[in-house]
Amino acid sequence: MLLEVKNLQTQFRVKGGLVNAVDGVDFEVDKGEVLAIVGESGSGKSVTSLSILSLIPNPPGKIIGGEILFKGEDLLKKSKKEMQNIRGNEISMIFQEPMTSLNPVITVGKQIAETIIRHRKLTKKEAILEAVKMLELVGIPTPEKRINDYPHQLSGGMRQRVMIAMSLSCTPELLIADEPTTALDVTIQAQILELIVNLKNKLNTAILLITHDLGVVAETADKVVVMYCGKIVEKATSLQLFERPLHPYTEGLLLSIPKVDEKVDQLFMIPGMVPNPLHMPKGCSFSDRCSKCMDICSQKQPELVEFEGRKVRCFLYIDRPEGKV
Amino acid sequence: MEPLLEVKNLKKYFPVQSGVFGRTTDFVKAVDGVSFNIFKGETLGLVGESGCGKSTTGRMLVNLMTPTSGQVIFEGHDIAKLSKKEQKSMRKNIQIIFQDPYSSLNPRMNIGDIIAEPMKVNKTEKKEDIEKRVLSLLNCVGLASFHRNRYPHEFSGGQRQRVGIARALSLNPKLIVCDEPVSALDVSIQAQVLNLLHDLQKEFDLTYLFIAHGLNVVKHVSTRVGVMYLGKLVEIADGDILYNEPKHPYSQALLSAIPIPDPTKKKNRIILKGDVPSPINPPSGCGFHTRCIKCTEICSKEEPKFEDVGGGHRVACWNL
Amino acid sequence: MTTKNSNQNEETQHPQTPKEESKFGNAWYMLKKNKAALVGLIIIIILLFVAIFGPLIMPYKPNIGDLSQSLQKPSMTHWFGTDEQGRDILSRIIDGTKISLRVGITAVAIALSIGIFVGSIAGYYGGKVDMLIMRFMDIMLAFPSLLLAIAFMSVLGKGIDNAIIAISIVTIPEYARIVRGSILSIKDSEYVQAARVIGNSDAAIIFKHILPNVISPIIVRATLGVSNAILDTAALGFLGLGVQPPQAEWGSMLGAGRGYFYNAPYIILFPGIAITITVLAFNLFGDGLRDALDPKLHQ
Repeated sequence: MLLEVKNLQTQFRVKGGLVNAVDGVDFEVDKGEVLAIVGESGSGKSVTSLSILSLIPNPPGKIIGGEILFKGEDLLKKSKKEMQNIRGNEISMIFQEPMTSLNPVITVGKQIAETIIRHRKLTKKEAILEAVKMLELVGIPTPEKRINDYPHQLSGGMRQRVMIAMSLSCTPELLIADEPTTALDVTIQAQILELIVNLKNKLNTAILLITHDLGVVAETADKVVVMYCGKIVEKATSLQLFERPLHPYTEGLLLSIPKVDEKVDQLFMIPGMVPNPLHMPKGCSFSDRCSKCMDICSQKQPELVEFEGRKVRCFLYIDRPEGKV
Repeated sequence: MEPLLEVKNLKKYFPVQSGVFGRTTDFVKAVDGVSFNIFKGETLGLVGESGCGKSTTGRMLVNLMTPTSGQVIFEGHDIAKLSKKEQKSMRKNIQIIFQDPYSSLNPRMNIGDIIAEPMKVNKTEKKEDIEKRVLSLLNCVGLASFHRNRYPHEFSGGQRQRVGIARALSLNPKLIVCDEPVSALDVSIQAQVLNLLHDLQKEFDLTYLFIAHGLNVVKHVSTRVGVMYLGKLVEIADGDILYNEPKHPYSQALLSAIPIPDPTKKKNRIILKGDVPSPINPPSGCGFHTRCIKCTEICSKEEPKFEDVGGGHRVACWNL
Repeated sequence: MTTKNSNQNEETQHPQTPKEESKFGNAWYMLKKNKAALVGLIIIIILLFVAIFGPLIMPYKPNIGDLSQSLQKPSMTHWFGTDEQGRDILSRIIDGTKISLRVGITAVAIALSIGIFVGSIAGYYGGKVDMLIMRFMDIMLAFPSLLLAIAFMSVLGKGIDNAIIAISIVTIPEYARIVRGSILSIKDSEYVQAARVIGNSDAAIIFKHILPNVISPIIVRATLGVSNAILDTAALGFLGLGVQPPQAEWGSMLGAGRGYFYNAPYIILFPGIAITITVLAFNLFGDGLRDALDPKLHQ
């Protein structure tokens, strides 16, 4: 297993107390696999990805527990220098806003070359040639001219491609993509998703995809993890999840997406809002919004249990014979 | 039937200044000749990607921007030809809901005052009645009366958007321009707000111009939908027809680009090549020809006319 | 309707949502925590007290001197000593307090009002109006403020009221700049656009919507501006412009006492200390106010 996250806990100090942004999260990603982490604001999905690369700002955040095993070694036990060698090299990341994640005063060619020089120890000239190859790989036309462009001279879609080129320049084994297409127009989003999937197939990179868009998940992911308020509430393969979502939250999310091929008078909606992390409900964190809430749900917190070959955190599935709900 | 709103050949060009003396060298053709009608009680969806001019169009309707040329005709009156007083009075009929719930409310005013302000400024109600109406509007959008004295930062994004909606309603407008009202909200909250807009339309007999960048969002609320590209309307049709049989290649691509939350439905994706050209130097002929799979010779030479192909369905394309 | 009921749900979920206090309540809390700023505030309050109740607390009349008592060192009868005309220095310092505060605060108040007006017009309307106004402000800012004040005084004549006018004119550009910058940063926000759509006039938009949201940096600069104005007053007094004898004023006391530096240094020591403490007090308070009103520091 390429990446194994075990019981990850990341805490933040906010005005008013401590918040467990990531509250005991486990998942695995294998070579060449795409795992999607789905959730809305406050779910902890971005914090999870930043924790893997030890990019949590401290203060106010801190990883307080768990293990992150990458190729068998715990990343949380690595020194700063060791992590620097891993970032960009064995594990790479692309972010949501390509404009703010690229340095505006350095040409894109130099930015890609910088990563290459640092990790692959090539000369400047060799690195620039590699950069041109990477730009070509990500489908940027006339790459030998584009390497001298500055980020602001490129469109949003092109910048995201540059980011992808940068992140793949050292052929990482794991690519973390944090909402890579959210800031892009729909048609460009389609291009970028296609690119990511093609590259994954070509280079056998594992991808950890963070997103709130279930459509994107359906198109690209092999396995899915759904997060709510810092915990995993459902874990399944993509096919399993979409065919039959188990957790009421997942079900609600799927139903509330306006779909192009149906027309309904009233969109389904999940009532209420995500609870304030400092005032979580007693019992299951989704209990105050759940249409299937039972007495026990407001009293105790459910554990993540096995059900029909997948995992779910819900009392509907605990102590019930499989196949019957 | 007379349309409530008629837009005729609306244009908005922004001058680009360069050189030491700031001379105007070029124009950003943000909106380049857009014409459409909106009928009472309907919702016209206006869709397009960034830079297509949909927001600019919406803003010209509420006078946040002055058109470079073209006409906006409301209830039969050309707005530009009215006297200042008549214009001011007429403006009350067209209001707007903004995209960003975090910057569309004045952080220093409590939400009751935010909702009351339009009535105070325009003196539409007697002083005694304003407060009653504020509370009634709060309830209409699903907020409680005791929220009245709270400040925007005490509310979530979805709740703030509800305040924005209440504010837009306070002048009893006939037409509301919804400028991407749910884009900045989480998926589960989007549904709540879309349903609210739907209900309010029925309750108050409203007409909407619903601007969005996603065809899926617009579908739920719209009766008719128009697609814009590079400042022009490329297709307009009844909702069902546009979604089932889009005729313009761009509409087809937009539609197929929406990721479907169902892994078993493998799509025949139309993936467009390249990026949207700059509105400063739009391509010759049809603005879309540089990315179009059906491009033929005439497309790069002459601009196609926006023509009716039956039943009010209009398309601008040489290759139908 | 389901949409409404769901929202009643939303509210009952948070009976104890930590309520963020209003911006000013929060600011007062932050200010209290800043010891230096509190010290500054206390000193300012003391100064105001002295300025208002001066005649009641001064031991001697400030302008009546006993030549037989001239140049006395500080003693039990004259805590701060006497000057060359035999006048009690402590009483004169007390008497001078009202001058410094009056000029400082009035000059800033006038400059602030005009600066806000001018800066608002430049920032809101932009274009040629902006260019004209700001070029003019830039020209004024190119001169050291004191030189410019002296130039104005030479035209207006001496005296405390002319000093107030000169100092306020010289300070206007600074406030105009801040206001203009703040307005530019907010002008295009959506809530300002919303205010326009509702039908607000330009003036209403500027005063009701924009200015209240940019008031913090202006308040801070104004507080610091008072200390600058006090220094300018003292400088003008030192040069013999501004306040005319026999009225006591810290700066003119410094100027008049220059010649006695070696044999009676206390003549300039105490006015100097008075100026320093006053300026320091306003600076500490102004710094504290800036930190207190800066939302980014409220983590």
